[in-house]
Amino acid sequence: MITAYKILGKNAFEGFFGSLAQGREVYAPAQKSGKIVWAPMHSAADVDWRLDNTDMSPKEFFFPQSECLMRFKNAEGEGGRVMVPVAPLATQRVLLNIRPCDAKAFRLLDRIFVQDDMTNDPYWRDKREKTILIGQGCVNPCPECFCTSVGCGPFHEDGLDILLTDLGDRLLVKPISGKGLAMVKDLPEAAPGDIDLAGKIMAASEAAVKTYPGFEPKKLAGRTVLDIYDLPLWSSLYETCLNCGTCTFVCPTCHCFDIQDEVRGEAGRRVRNWDSCMQKLFTEHASGHNPRGEKRDRVRQRFMHKFTYIPMRRDGELGCVGCGRCVRFCPTNIDVREVVRRMGEDVEAKSK
Amino acid sequence: MNNPYLPYPVRIADVRVETEDKNLRSYWLSFENKEDAAAFRYEPGQFAELSIAGLGEIPIGIASSPTEGDTLLFTVNKTGVVTTKLHNMQPGDVMGVRGPLGKSYPLAASEGKNIVIIAGGFAVTTLRATMVWLLNPENRPKYGDITFIYGARAPGMLLYKDELTAWQGRDDVRCHITVDRPAEGWDGIVGFVPTVTEQAAPSPDNAVALVCGPPIMIKYTQPVLDKLGWQADQILLSLENRMKCGIGICGRCNVGPYMVCKDGPVFTKAELDHLPKEY
Repeated sequence: MITAYKILGKNAFEGFFGSLAQGREVYAPAQKSGKIVWAPMHSAADVDWRLDNTDMSPKEFFFPQSECLMRFKNAEGEGGRVMVPVAPLATQRVLLNIRPCDAKAFRLLDRIFVQDDMTNDPYWRDKREKTILIGQGCVNPCPECFCTSVGCGPFHEDGLDILLTDLGDRLLVKPISGKGLAMVKDLPEAAPGDIDLAGKIMAASEAAVKTYPGFEPKKLAGRTVLDIYDLPLWSSLYETCLNCGTCTFVCPTCHCFDIQDEVRGEAGRRVRNWDSCMQKLFTEHASGHNPRGEKRDRVRQRFMHKFTYIPMRRDGELGCVGCGRCVRFCPTNIDVREVVRRMGEDVEAKSK
Repeated sequence: MNNPYLPYPVRIADVRVETEDKNLRSYWLSFENKEDAAAFRYEPGQFAELSIAGLGEIPIGIASSPTEGDTLLFTVNKTGVVTTKLHNMQPGDVMGVRGPLGKSYPLAASEGKNIVIIAGGFAVTTLRATMVWLLNPENRPKYGDITFIYGARAPGMLLYKDELTAWQGRDDVRCHITVDRPAEGWDGIVGFVPTVTEQAAPSPDNAVALVCGPPIMIKYTQPVLDKLGWQADQILLSLENRMKCGIGICGRCNVGPYMVCKDGPVFTKAELDHLPKEY
């Protein structure tokens, strides 16, 4: 177990950044046109320590919005129409200042993209293996966050290689994986006072999240699919939903995709693009039959997938990390915290 | 690195028009590379993604049995862009196949049992695979009675006519081939699959039933099986949700805690009884 805390003064960060950037691309949150985006960092001075979490989740680093899987020539005859997969990632990468919720989301997605030898996804796996995750604990959680309701937290370590805590002029550095330890082994040990200070910051942050609206997912535990599928709330909740899919695209754990072929002249490629269970065409059969043809069915699917189906598959682990993006960006203010609360209340009322 | 998205190149060895409306055609596909044929180890009930570069992929049940060698059989209904292109392709043309995908019928676990197969229309494809596999001289002794009930709209809409004739001629298979309405030149059974099933009255004792067909057929066959005393865990059904990746990731075939492509397409009736009817 790795418990040795290290300390890194922000004035000494340049040297550390240099070692990170050696043979690697470094990305971190940056302010751009009023948005917080993931951007390449060319020097230590590019890193902004005071930003909130990014608007879009960093899942794009491993599962891009549009990703070429393979190429082919569109010409008939010898060599034509033979698929050639795209080459693996050429460089190693570092995601710096990633939030613990987003890092945990990757651990959830690993269980979907890397299931077993027969079916694991080489595109996801390649990028995961070549990326180091350096987390920044949330010292100032956004008001839509609810990580503590879903078994995550502002300083959660799952999925990270290193966790940083901002102490003002310096960073407390906690190596979590062996990879992380190797990167920080030359930094000085942290003083007990720094560790205490970080502990206070963590506790305050955790307490802040707990004062926000949240929910108690335990009410849903042990319920059957059909218990929840037939709840009255589904018959009204969908009315405000636009089926725009924003919640699914900003979500760090949503992973649905479509595969399409694109052809231009002789050149063809097979790409996968993000798709969404909010879209009617998502489930429509070739025959025209659609198992989730109504908007109500599709809205229910999103919440039940994350809070019923995934926990059933994974010993209660939810398909949500509480990042709050779906709350923040829903154009009609559908709030997942309110929905899960109502799921719990409805199912309790039903069983009485 | 093993890439489950990469189709194996295959060449169309033979094309056969199956039905009088010419919309159902069977394609025998042979692997371009021997090592691909060796890698493609499948069992009856599984499916594959047929792939035409530039147009995309379609999930189709494998209609051949692994006992028939390395050539794969798919029977394709002309409905969309890929199937329409396929209907214009000829023997010698090259395309792709990706798989095998999904779970098969539990044939190994059913050894020693009587097998009842109930098929309707186009859905007979994977049950053809199962029949050919069961009737293989190596496999046949491992099972008890085999009952095969299959219905189509009209005599001209029956698939695999040569095989049907051969199976009807065997004394170790009870064949009940039916058409919906009387037709000229048809002296066989007339009636819908549920009615014929009721008349055939297959016993549930030490038996499993593999049922595949259009939803309306399943809906009316189920009460017949209930009446005959069949339990939900003896009945195997095959779902046909829209599937893309085929390996449980892309999410579109999700029903309850299952991805149909990976956890199915074969499920017991008992499993489906706990799921929403999102298929």
